[in-house]
Amino acid sequence: MIRVALLVAAKDLRIERRSRVLLWQVLPFGVMALVLCGLALGPVQAGHSNAAPGLFYLVMLLVALLMINRSRVIEGSPGTRASVATLGLDPAGVFLGKALALTVELWLTGVVLLGGAVLFLHTQLSGTVSALPSVAVTLAALAAAGTLYGVMSGGGQGPATLLPVLSLPAFAPLLIAGERSFSAALHGGALWQWWLISLVALVAYLALGILLYGVLEES
Amino acid sequence: MTKQLSQRLLGPVTLVLLALTFWFGLWVTPPDQIQGNWARLVYVHPAVAWVGLYVSFGTATVASVLYLWRRTRSPVMDRIAHCAVEVSVVFIALTLITGSIWGRPTWGVWWAWDARLTSTAILGVFALGYLALRRANDDPELRARRSAVFAILAAINVPIIHFSVQWWKTLHQGATVFTANRTLLIHGIQAWTLLISFFAFTLLFFWLLRARYRLEVLRDARYELSLDEALTQRRREGVR
Repeated sequence: MIRVALLVAAKDLRIERRSRVLLWQVLPFGVMALVLCGLALGPVQAGHSNAAPGLFYLVMLLVALLMINRSRVIEGSPGTRASVATLGLDPAGVFLGKALALTVELWLTGVVLLGGAVLFLHTQLSGTVSALPSVAVTLAALAAAGTLYGVMSGGGQGPATLLPVLSLPAFAPLLIAGERSFSAALHGGALWQWWLISLVALVAYLALGILLYGVLEES
Repeated sequence: MTKQLSQRLLGPVTLVLLALTFWFGLWVTPPDQIQGNWARLVYVHPAVAWVGLYVSFGTATVASVLYLWRRTRSPVMDRIAHCAVEVSVVFIALTLITGSIWGRPTWGVWWAWDARLTSTAILGVFALGYLALRRANDDPELRARRSAVFAILAAINVPIIHFSVQWWKTLHQGATVFTANRTLLIHGIQAWTLLISFFAFTLLFFWLLRARYRLEVLRDARYELSLDEALTQRRREGVR
């Protein structure tokens, strides 16, 4: 299972590296969305870092939706499903691999957007750095949940519009936990309690994905 | 015969119990000392929430699990899950509306970012997502399988809603009927009215579920029939 996961993750990341969609389309979109959030708040409020954690995760959710769609489209290209079926790859390994690749992509975007939060929304650098572990776990949970909901929305009519409807209610608790732990890292408070919720969600979604991915992909 | 009788009686019994709930709730029970007549919403809101969150989503989850389990896999389970979620949308909406009507005079706002309110609204969006997922897939088997998985994932939210008032400091009150050590908090005619309302809305759910299920069976039959008719017509045209 681990070997399959690493193979699939390497394949997805290689495709991303060659197509440069993450670099030239997703990252600029994320930075632009963060700037627009600052503009929407206005020059006075954008100077206060209180709203920064929520805005950071909101932008990350939008970026995650783009990346999940992209990850699903890769699998939807002609012949891919047939190849996976012929190779007899373990569905649990495929799920883990896709979630791992998505996690790496979200981490990279997260680092850039955290820099953007320091620059545009004036979050403290030390607080932002101390939020890194909780951000990493929350984004990994987003990737695991997103991979599961991504496969569910694929194959039918309007998958790109169906994905947000299916996944955003599931992302809401992660948004709350992530925002709370980031705020606690910046302004003090119960950082570890919220971090733990993200960790539990990550483990739960990984377990559910390993169990159910095969059922969803089965045809 | 017994089955037919119980099916025939379901509707009238539900209507009688609903009428009793409204009669007791509006005229027989006294108004609250502090909240006045607003307290009468307690005979509707908890019962509607019970059906929307626990009965309907519980039914959908059990039917979905039974669908995914190979031994019990059948279109019947898929239809039950679908119909239960559809009815749950109505009851979750009623829960939020009645809660909002009570919240305005009590809390001063129609909506508060409270853990229970928010998690209930999220469950409502999950239910709408379930229905959207069903409409997006034409292949009946794939649709049933994906919907079943989605319903199970959505059901994780139900215990979160239930325990939200204990886990977080919420504006929404805690247990209303029983305390944590199972002591009854409501007595007399108010307790009886509440009990009748729970029975009435639970029976209403099963009545609606049954009606919706029959409609779904007829819809599937019509689909099969139209498919057969189309095939026959094509054969007549000489297309093989």
